[in-house]
Amino acid sequence: MQASLDQKYNFEIIKWFTVSAVIYLVVGTTVGVYIASELAWPFLNFDIAELTFGRLRPLHTNAVIFAFGGMSLMATSYYSVQRTCGVRIWSDKLAWFVFWGWTAVIISAVITLPLGITQSKEYAELEWPIDLLIAVVWVAYTFNFVMTIATRKTKHIYVSNWFFLSMMVMITLLHVVNSLAVPVDMFNSYSIFSGVQDAMIQWWWGHNAVGFYLTAGFLGIMYYFVPKQAGRPVFSYRLSVIHFWALTFGYVWLGAHHLQYTALPDWTGSVGAAISLAMIIPSWGGAINGMMTLSGAWDKLRTDYILRFLIVSLAFYAMSTFEGPVMSAKTVNALSHYTDWTIGHVHSGALGWVAMVAAGAIYHLVMKLWNTKMYSESLINMHFWLATIGTVVYIIAMWVSGIMQGLMWRDYDEFGTLTYTFAESVAAMHPYYAMRAVGGFIYWTGGVVMLYNVIMTIRMATSEKSVSAATTATA
Amino acid sequence: MSEKKNQTGPIQYKFETNIVAMVLITLALVSVGGLVEIVPLFYIDETMEHNQHKEILWDRQEGQSLNDWQAGDGVRPYKPLELMGRKVYLREGCYLCHSQMIRPFRDEKERYGHYSLASESIYDHPFQWGSKRTGPDLARVGAKYSDEWHELHLEAPRSVVPESVMPNYPWLAKAPIDAELTVKHMEVMRNMPNAPAPYTDADIASVPAEVEGKTELDALVAYLQVLGTMVKFDENIDYR
Repeated sequence: MQASLDQKYNFEIIKWFTVSAVIYLVVGTTVGVYIASELAWPFLNFDIAELTFGRLRPLHTNAVIFAFGGMSLMATSYYSVQRTCGVRIWSDKLAWFVFWGWTAVIISAVITLPLGITQSKEYAELEWPIDLLIAVVWVAYTFNFVMTIATRKTKHIYVSNWFFLSMMVMITLLHVVNSLAVPVDMFNSYSIFSGVQDAMIQWWWGHNAVGFYLTAGFLGIMYYFVPKQAGRPVFSYRLSVIHFWALTFGYVWLGAHHLQYTALPDWTGSVGAAISLAMIIPSWGGAINGMMTLSGAWDKLRTDYILRFLIVSLAFYAMSTFEGPVMSAKTVNALSHYTDWTIGHVHSGALGWVAMVAAGAIYHLVMKLWNTKMYSESLINMHFWLATIGTVVYIIAMWVSGIMQGLMWRDYDEFGTLTYTFAESVAAMHPYYAMRAVGGFIYWTGGVVMLYNVIMTIRMATSEKSVSAATTATA
Repeated sequence: MSEKKNQTGPIQYKFETNIVAMVLITLALVSVGGLVEIVPLFYIDETMEHNQHKEILWDRQEGQSLNDWQAGDGVRPYKPLELMGRKVYLREGCYLCHSQMIRPFRDEKERYGHYSLASESIYDHPFQWGSKRTGPDLARVGAKYSDEWHELHLEAPRSVVPESVMPNYPWLAKAPIDAELTVKHMEVMRNMPNAPAPYTDADIASVPAEVEGKTELDALVAYLQVLGTMVKFDENIDYR
């Protein structure tokens, strides 16, 4: 059975994407824990330019979003599109080009960002030659995906593929527009946009990197892997239709809520905030659809640790998609903007939702691809608890520090003067920055446990295979 | 799933069974929000305050050099040294911890100064509004501290602000500013297809004299010292 599946589908390429994703999870969170520690203990910058917070922070975000997130998306989308369409990936060669092209992007990022080679637009820091490579690889990735669907054996395009597709289309558009720049030389360029227009375009990109890359894409993962792992169909087809179109149309508008009360015209920020509030409906539609897929089979959570990852990720997804609209409301945003609350919000989504749903999917993939059980079930459970506790510690630290910053900055004493200097608010953050580093470290150990478990599983599977091959040969 | 098609009607059925239709409708839907929110910003005059209040932009007279500009004369393109200082600011990722966007709140006015205007960042490719204040806002940090304070602070922040968590930047004082490179940066800014910096040939010709013997530290301090000092605000005018 497995042999025929191996021949029918291209599993080899998925293996490479999958293992890369696990490695980059550890790499990305290593940098994250390090820069979190720099904020708590600034001596860690060591007066070395390449190690300073300002240069490593883009490396952290690029590593977790584009290296870990990208490899996870490519593994899961190319796997599930083959399975749901009943055909092999359209072009093996193009798939390998995507893998090595994306790997080249990641290696370039690791080299250039610590050197200070940056366009200085958040989550789009990579310089123009790398941006060109990203565009080419991304279009190749999309084209191969679309062509696979075009050659499908099924009549309908399965729901997970809608989400992957909307991500691919939107990211192409966002990346091309937001990265438009005039080069000075190979390693320097300036955005062709300036000031207020650049701000709006940047956050149109910034929020949709979250909305499409980290949400629509990972909802695609959810729609394939949750029903598969639970062994049950998606709770509601109708709900998935409604929430897909609402999300695809609505998410694009949200970027403006990052610029409330700034020099961006009021109408733009207000439109962004209004649509943000409305987005609770499609977001929770997705979360409910995923969780209710387990309806009537909740007992599986007791024994199936992979399912735990998937379901808890949806709980974090529901929480952060409630928190987001709240933070985009002007009165809340006046307090939360510029504070650590934003960082906490991002991480409840990134650690709790994105990385957890990806981890669940990756465990599922590893077992399917190598046709084996995981090396250790209890290590999956251990990873689950480390990830959950790490996330909770992290976001609690950031909630407290964020709200405290916001309140300290606007506090007045009985004489009507500002109570605190800015430096006093920095000093007050120290315990929470330390706590955040600890939370991140706990999360990181979970990633290491996963990497170990995956490596051992693959070693076990390959040695079993050679043993069985040897027995067949002698017999 | 196919037997459920009638639940959502023929339109959904069409998209769900036709990949070309699916790609096209998705592209159309995701374009709307961006078009509505971004494109008007290039065309609505009220977006930039200097369209109502001309004095916000520097009215440069024929033959005036950038050095003839005085603080408060209005927004002007960055001087050569400031432009290279700004490049250091971008390279070191300062924007990740410092915003340059003061919101119209009482506490921000008292802490940082007058709220920021869109016109003030007209020559900022890319914008530097930031999204996080791990350190304080810098939109109006210019002229608040002496050059010496900035130099000490950049070399070793905790020597002047014990609570600071900012890295030391000892390498800036050792790195010279290159005149040829400065000219290249200015030429790119001058030839921007959108919001170009109105540099004159004389401005470009002045570069060697302006950056002679200067370091990245001097450049960064020059940039910081001009931030927020360009516009003279009238308390009786509501600019937004």
